[in-house]
Amino acid sequence: MSTDNGPIPLDSLPVGRQATIEAVSGGHGLVNRLATLGFIPGQRVDMVQNFGVGPLIVNVQNTRIALGRGEARKILVREG
Amino acid sequence: MPISTVVVKTETSARLDATPVPEVGRTITVALAGQPNVGKTTVFNMMTGLNQHVGNWPGKTVERKEGTFVFNGNRYRLVDLPGTYSLSANSPEEIIARDFIITERPDVVVAIINAASLERTLYLVAELLPLPAPVVIGLNMVDVAEQEHLEVNPEVLEAAIRVPVVPMIASKNKGVRELFQAVDDLVRSREGYRPNLPEIRADHRAVLAELESLIEGFVPSPYPRDWVALKLFEGDQVITDMMRQSLPSDRWAAVHDILLAHDDGMMAVASGRYEWIGRMTRAAMKHPAVGQIGLTERLDRILAHPVWGLGVLLLVLGALFWLTYTLAAPIQAWLEYWLGQLGESLAAMLASAPPWLQSLVVDGVLGGAGTVITFVPILVVFFAAMGFLEDTGYMARAAYVMDRFMHLMGLHGRSFMPLFLGFGCNVPAVMGTRVIDSHRARLLTIMLAPLVPCSARMGVLAFLAPAFFGQAAAFVSWGLVALSLLTLAVVGIVINHWVLRGERVAFIMELPLYHLPNKRTIGLLVWQNTLAFLQRAATVIVAASVLIWALSYFPGPDIQHSYVAAIGQMLEPIGRLAGLNWQLMVALLASIAAKENAIATLSVLYGAGGAESLAPMIARSVPAASAMAYLVVQMLFVPCIATVAVVRQEAGWKWALLNLAFLFIISLVVGGLVYAVASWV
Repeated sequence: MSTDNGPIPLDSLPVGRQATIEAVSGGHGLVNRLATLGFIPGQRVDMVQNFGVGPLIVNVQNTRIALGRGEARKILVREG
Repeated sequence: MPISTVVVKTETSARLDATPVPEVGRTITVALAGQPNVGKTTVFNMMTGLNQHVGNWPGKTVERKEGTFVFNGNRYRLVDLPGTYSLSANSPEEIIARDFIITERPDVVVAIINAASLERTLYLVAELLPLPAPVVIGLNMVDVAEQEHLEVNPEVLEAAIRVPVVPMIASKNKGVRELFQAVDDLVRSREGYRPNLPEIRADHRAVLAELESLIEGFVPSPYPRDWVALKLFEGDQVITDMMRQSLPSDRWAAVHDILLAHDDGMMAVASGRYEWIGRMTRAAMKHPAVGQIGLTERLDRILAHPVWGLGVLLLVLGALFWLTYTLAAPIQAWLEYWLGQLGESLAAMLASAPPWLQSLVVDGVLGGAGTVITFVPILVVFFAAMGFLEDTGYMARAAYVMDRFMHLMGLHGRSFMPLFLGFGCNVPAVMGTRVIDSHRARLLTIMLAPLVPCSARMGVLAFLAPAFFGQAAAFVSWGLVALSLLTLAVVGIVINHWVLRGERVAFIMELPLYHLPNKRTIGLLVWQNTLAFLQRAATVIVAASVLIWALSYFPGPDIQHSYVAAIGQMLEPIGRLAGLNWQLMVALLASIAAKENAIATLSVLYGAGGAESLAPMIARSVPAASAMAYLVVQMLFVPCIATVAVVRQEAGWKWALLNLAFLFIISLVVGGLVYAVASWV
């Protein structure tokens, strides 16, 4: 219940941190593409590169995926 | 023995019984499936070599590659399915891949997976296993996995999935034979083929069974019932439409109610697949110890960095230009020289033939299609560079680094490299758009590619700018290139916001692990693309060159009185808006055959003895404002035939004609604006 561990959008996860995916929102096509690559509730993600602006890089299912910031914002994660 | 066979058959479900085990000697069809970046193309090239047929899937602009070879006394037909991450209905590629397996029933599906991205690349396997064809898995890139400190045990993986798993390093031709040995074994006997199939997430199993019983007996052949039920759950548009058609309305209503009540069905199906993947890989895979940093991570700290990465990209692009100028340009100059020699000797040979025939051969065929062919060395360098950058994994980093800039035009990073290739020649630029995964972004990139100033247009500019503007030529040239790119950006923004509206292109891109490129993969890419270009040069481009030649030769006696001059005069009122006289309009039209033709045409129209005397002559008779406007229009005008031909091939007639029309209009509008400003100044 602590507020510092509540769900946050993936784009605000700092570099080097790990998180568990809580939910993925967006249109059917986008959610489907993300699910295919492993962005599914319960899966782990590592933030590899995130400069606060522009696209970012995460590690999911042992694969590096580059995501636009807009796409990353649609993925809710819980740190830890 | 017969008893065990029966048991095998019931357990593998009835679907495998439909295709009997083939007799040795007949042609065996193998479909090659795999996600992008698993080395599928390398496997295809290893097995088929030059014995390939490249075309399009019927009615689609998706490339279809097929090849044949003989193995263990059997003839094999290997069909390369499009590389896709899944088999949903989100793209034509995915629909092609699954329809091929379902309707054409290949004897075996070979699924290539990447040992270094094992979990994700198994996702496609999870989709392939429920389809009606047995699967053999090629566990590729075990060397890349090792370089990233990942260890995968193929035997354990095989025991878990219960389909043959063959470890391989396709780029070093290791394991490819063994892979097809496993295919061969499976073709001879399917005994024991009992794959461990993924299931939907536990909380949806009961409702899936309900759905299956509802559609029982109404699934159109040859679609497997269980698979159709899963696709309904996933919200697959194609399958949903199909079942709405074939189910009686009361049953459809029941199905529809279930689907509405379970709108999270897609997540349940995908989760089920990833649960299966987790179970399959748990024992087979050893992750690197904490703190071990792989090669890719180390390289990406620089190559994917927003600042350093941009610097590296500039160096790479610089190297590409350097290669073009030191390697390709001299060969092109040499080809041009021989083309001139050939023209002279042909003219001498045809001295007694009618003059129109001589002109047809020398000016029409050699001057048009011949000139286009001298661009082959530049094309080869660009195709090779494209193949190299793609095959090492760097292309995705270039796309990532450029993404923020490309977003302004509604494109994403993937469009950058193809557009950049346009500086050499627009042909590889248009063909290079195949790396773009979204159809809409690809179409937009194709439409924009002809606005990149290619080396032929730069050549015309390099000749005419000093003729018109002397000392200021460098400044003018720089301004014209900048104006071209600015026009490209503005047109991109306009098309993106008002013409090709739709869902914003999502930027989701895999960054594959770096690996050494394969010579064969790059070599075949260069060979196929160059061959395709030469075939076009020998057909479409020759025909178009001859047409333009005929228009400028007939009815005679000279080009001043030709049809093209008449067209030029007809277009003069339009040209006058940009300060262009009919001679300049004719030069623009002639440059459609090949951009260099602009210079030759101007020297004929102005009665110059040759290119040398053209410069002072044209400078005297064309006012500065018109000259400026002409150069602008020349830079932005309708591209050469070779480019038009590839645009048609990649995007279809409709878009090719639309492209011609809008470039014609845009070039004259921008030219007109520049003319107005220049005359006013």
